[in-house]
Amino acid sequence: MKLTQLSVFLENRPGRLIEPTRLLAAEGVKIMTLCLADTAEFGILRLIVQDPAHAAEVLDAAGWSVTLTEVVAVEVHDQPGGLAEVLGVFEQAGLNVEYVYAFTLRREDRAILVFRFQQPDQAIAALHARGHQVLDAERLEALVG
Amino acid sequence: MLKELWNDAAGGFHPASAPDFLPEPALKEVQLRRLRAVVQRAYDKVALVRERMRERELTPAAIQTLADLRRLPFTVKADLRETYPFGLFASPMSEVVRLHASSGTTGKPIVVAYTREDIEVWSEVMARTLACCTLHNGDIVQNAYGYGLFTGGLGAHYGAEALGATVIPTSGGNTDRQIMIIRDFGVSALFSTPSYFTHLVERAGELGVDLRALPLRVGVFGAEPWSDGMRDHIEASTGIDAFDIYGLSEITGPGVASECTEHHGLHVFEDHFYPEIIDPVSGEPLPDGEEGELVLTTLSKKAMPMIRYRTRDISAIIPQRCGCGRSLRRIRRIARRSDDMLIIRGVNIFPSQIEAALLAVEGTLPHYRILLSREHGLDQMTVEVEVTPEVLSDQVRVLEDMRERIAQAIERIVGVRVGLRLVEPHSIERSQGKAQRVIDQRGD
Repeated sequence: MKLTQLSVFLENRPGRLIEPTRLLAAEGVKIMTLCLADTAEFGILRLIVQDPAHAAEVLDAAGWSVTLTEVVAVEVHDQPGGLAEVLGVFEQAGLNVEYVYAFTLRREDRAILVFRFQQPDQAIAALHARGHQVLDAERLEALVG
Repeated sequence: MLKELWNDAAGGFHPASAPDFLPEPALKEVQLRRLRAVVQRAYDKVALVRERMRERELTPAAIQTLADLRRLPFTVKADLRETYPFGLFASPMSEVVRLHASSGTTGKPIVVAYTREDIEVWSEVMARTLACCTLHNGDIVQNAYGYGLFTGGLGAHYGAEALGATVIPTSGGNTDRQIMIIRDFGVSALFSTPSYFTHLVERAGELGVDLRALPLRVGVFGAEPWSDGMRDHIEASTGIDAFDIYGLSEITGPGVASECTEHHGLHVFEDHFYPEIIDPVSGEPLPDGEEGELVLTTLSKKAMPMIRYRTRDISAIIPQRCGCGRSLRRIRRIARRSDDMLIIRGVNIFPSQIEAALLAVEGTLPHYRILLSREHGLDQMTVEVEVTPEVLSDQVRVLEDMRERIAQAIERIVGVRVGLRLVEPHSIERSQGKAQRVIDQRGD
């Protein structure tokens, strides 16, 4: 039920973001969404890609520091209140969101929220109990691809 | 004849190691006899030594016991520079069979000379060094010390041949080929600087070569200070036994001192190189066990005798007898040189202290370098540390915490706050020889 997110360490200076993305492009790795967390000196590029294990290998072989993390992706209606409702689930369950990013789908009236938790399994259980759709890699692929 | 001096693969000692086990009175007798001869030779043949002794109203007859050595003047590196190139030679060029020179990156190079007998002694002490490191006839050794003006390559080469080992003279550089040879030739021992070996291990990993699965069992590392933490890292990641050896061109090159299997200090081949520890400020000799600057006197050198040469290396003589049975005294591993000391806003800092802080926080030693700069007239020190996949997190907070922990660990050890920057893997240049850990951009 969880998605695998790829994180890449980047120094915060011009031109650093383009290199890993070029590498992935050359390997035909499709990036579904990304989020860049940055500080004054460094950034962490977080990616949801089609084949995270392969993408990690490609980046690792090229000398990038890469780590894989499990994240929880939730499908919601792309309308006011969609995010708040899901956050309400976590609030009730007493779960702390480490970070979140979101993207919408072109062809459907849907949005995908990507959450990072210390305890992803508890978050998934809470979502299921409230009837929310948690995405696995296959479903995401079907929606995006 | 040298081939007869095979070490015993069953664990016995190499016959060349016999002087390592001389009873103390016999060792002292040899030392005194050689000391008197070398002082006489230096006095007769080297103008600088003669002048300095005369200034103190000393003649070679002043040396009646080993303790009289402390009455003689020191020799320092500047003496070699100022007499460049041949001013300290005690042999005519017709008797000199080899010259080596330092790279001279910090000024004029220094030149050192060897007679045929000097080369034989050098080969002997290097063979004894390698025997200390458990090598013997039958070992296939890859010598990745640089061949050339640097003494490391040829010194280790002659010693390994004298031991009866098979030597592959790869010299430094061309890491992929080094790894291919280690694998294809069944290399059992490798000689290099520790920083180059770390680089080689990293590259082997990238190439998918598992060093643990190969016959490589011993690493002989010298020419730069390296920590016990670095040894643990090297041994854990490769399965080899890593030995620290010590030497310097001014004295002979590698072969001055070596670790044995006890890995607790380095035995000085003191029948040829007499060690003292002095207070680096007052110049007074310190008792065994106390930390100070290592001073060496070459007892048997012909072409270029060194009387009380100040090495600038900080060490101490370990007073206890070694468990290996050698009677040779040991010096503590050299963690720092008085030359390496950085002075930042009036505080003395050694790169080895930064290394200790990094090891304490990360558990292994990452690639790092120290940048010195000056902003608004104030010295600034910034440590750059590569982020490895092992410590990388997807959370900014975790990396910021790690950076803060390293900065605090450094501050606790050195006493000043330094800048700390996390950088991408491989962004710090890898050394092929001695590691360049400190980049001084202060411009004076």
